[in-house]
Amino acid sequence: MIEELVGLLVIFVLAMFVGFEVITKVPPTLHTPLMSGSNAISGIAIIGALILTGQENTMATSILGFIAVVFAMINVVGGFLVTDRMLRMFKRKPQERR
Amino acid sequence: MSALVELFYLLAAVLFIVGLKRLSSPATARSGNSWASVGMLIAIVATLAFNRIISWPWIIAGVLVGSAIGGIFARTVKMTAMPQMVALLNGFGGGASALVAAGEYLRYQSEALAIPINVGVSMQLSVLIGSVTFSGSLIAFGKLQELVTGKAVTYPLQKTLNAVMFLATLGLLVALVVSPDQLPLFLALAGIALLLGVLSVVPIGGADMPVVISLLNSYSGLAAAMTGFVINNHGLIISGALVGASGLILTNIMCKGMNRSLTNVLFGAFGTGGTATAAAVGPGGEEKTVRQVGVEDAAMMLAYAQNVIVVPGYGLAVAQAQHDVREMADVIEGRGGVVKYAIHPVAGRMPGHMNVLLAEANVPYDKLKDMDEINPEFERCDVALVVGANDVVNPDARRPGSELSGMPILDVDKAKHVIVMKRSMNPGFAGIDNPLFYLENTSMFFGSAKDSLAKLVKELKQID
Repeated sequence: MIEELVGLLVIFVLAMFVGFEVITKVPPTLHTPLMSGSNAISGIAIIGALILTGQENTMATSILGFIAVVFAMINVVGGFLVTDRMLRMFKRKPQERR
Repeated sequence: MSALVELFYLLAAVLFIVGLKRLSSPATARSGNSWASVGMLIAIVATLAFNRIISWPWIIAGVLVGSAIGGIFARTVKMTAMPQMVALLNGFGGGASALVAAGEYLRYQSEALAIPINVGVSMQLSVLIGSVTFSGSLIAFGKLQELVTGKAVTYPLQKTLNAVMFLATLGLLVALVVSPDQLPLFLALAGIALLLGVLSVVPIGGADMPVVISLLNSYSGLAAAMTGFVINNHGLIISGALVGASGLILTNIMCKGMNRSLTNVLFGAFGTGGTATAAAVGPGGEEKTVRQVGVEDAAMMLAYAQNVIVVPGYGLAVAQAQHDVREMADVIEGRGGVVKYAIHPVAGRMPGHMNVLLAEANVPYDKLKDMDEINPEFERCDVALVVGANDVVNPDARRPGSELSGMPILDVDKAKHVIVMKRSMNPGFAGIDNPLFYLENTSMFFGSAKDSLAKLVKELKQID
């Protein structure tokens, strides 16, 4: 039981370090897309929401699960799309647009 | 089967990391975002394929509703409203994590299963962090959208109350881990956490929202990671940790840019109007004069300048004058001048917001310069045009003893000429007078940013 927790903790801590390394290299110009994009990634809670909702449930858990799926999907779809919309605007030469 | 689904989650996590790595340059960033979204798709499909799904209707309905709302948000939101959008998304992410943990708790309850301690800890933490993120983000959204007052709301015993509530959540958390089978306590934990989210964001002033959004961004990631601990899912833990790290880095950058510590932002209730101490107290009290400049003179200076640096600030975002700035830059560049943009880390209303606004106005990204990159260039610059920025160009920050001391600033005062576009002589957010305005090489151009720029463009076009 505790071994399991420690195993997960190892993954968590190492992933934090990967996160620090990778994100430090993102230039300030892209900090807003970084935020909305990483936000979409935190929509990974969708996995938990799907697993929860998919099981045989009582009404209460079904409703909680449904709302969780809605929230997480807003997060995922909204996050990735709006990030794409922003990044599309970043052009080296403005004339290329249109 | 479970090994295979774990491999798919690993693949998704790798794609997230690759996607974030590609954000290191504007040229590759868009493909990076696409990679990350493919990773998410893989994770979702794998989850649906490898778990025994019974209640499809709930899932399909949820996915459709959520995707539709998210899609509409993403398409319709204005670039100036991006901080609100991100605040809202943070809230939904945190809310989803809290709901999953709560659902798991109810499932254990209804099946009369004992919750092991390792699951219990993360379950309650997920509910706590997720709920705080949810309600805190909604308040942040309300403040940015101006549904809730942007001012710092303060009342007596505020900090004490928040501290008591925080300790109460910790107490409930421990009680629930030790003996999980207490639904009223669980509901109390969720309720107090929601209230704590509201009450801890309410005292933070509108201009400090960038820090708050960054922090809530981090929380939403941590909440997802905690949920990963609850359902023993590596994909959630890795992705949550990545986002948690990202939010922490941005929070730190924002705090440095504003010269404030995180505790000061969270508990300082800055910008209430109570910090007027330094405002009108000029050194020695001697009369200080400002030089005003009209449209014609300003246009003349810009027309014959070789190097122009535009310093856009919060005021430009408010006036939505980014298109006018770009138009002006086009005219100057048409005359053979060079225009660059100096972007302070806290320009705009969230990290990197100003860059997005200028990119939207079709400014090429290689003209957007970070503070460290542009500062040495001010000495060689003919005209620095400050539009709606104040504290970030206050030379007092270099002098010890000022409230701004130590704050990183743009060295605008080193330019040959400085034109400051400003509505009035009102001090900036920090409530401190700005000596830049009284320098010999500074001219003040009063008026609203959008009007002034439009007039300037018109005047510039007439000079041949």
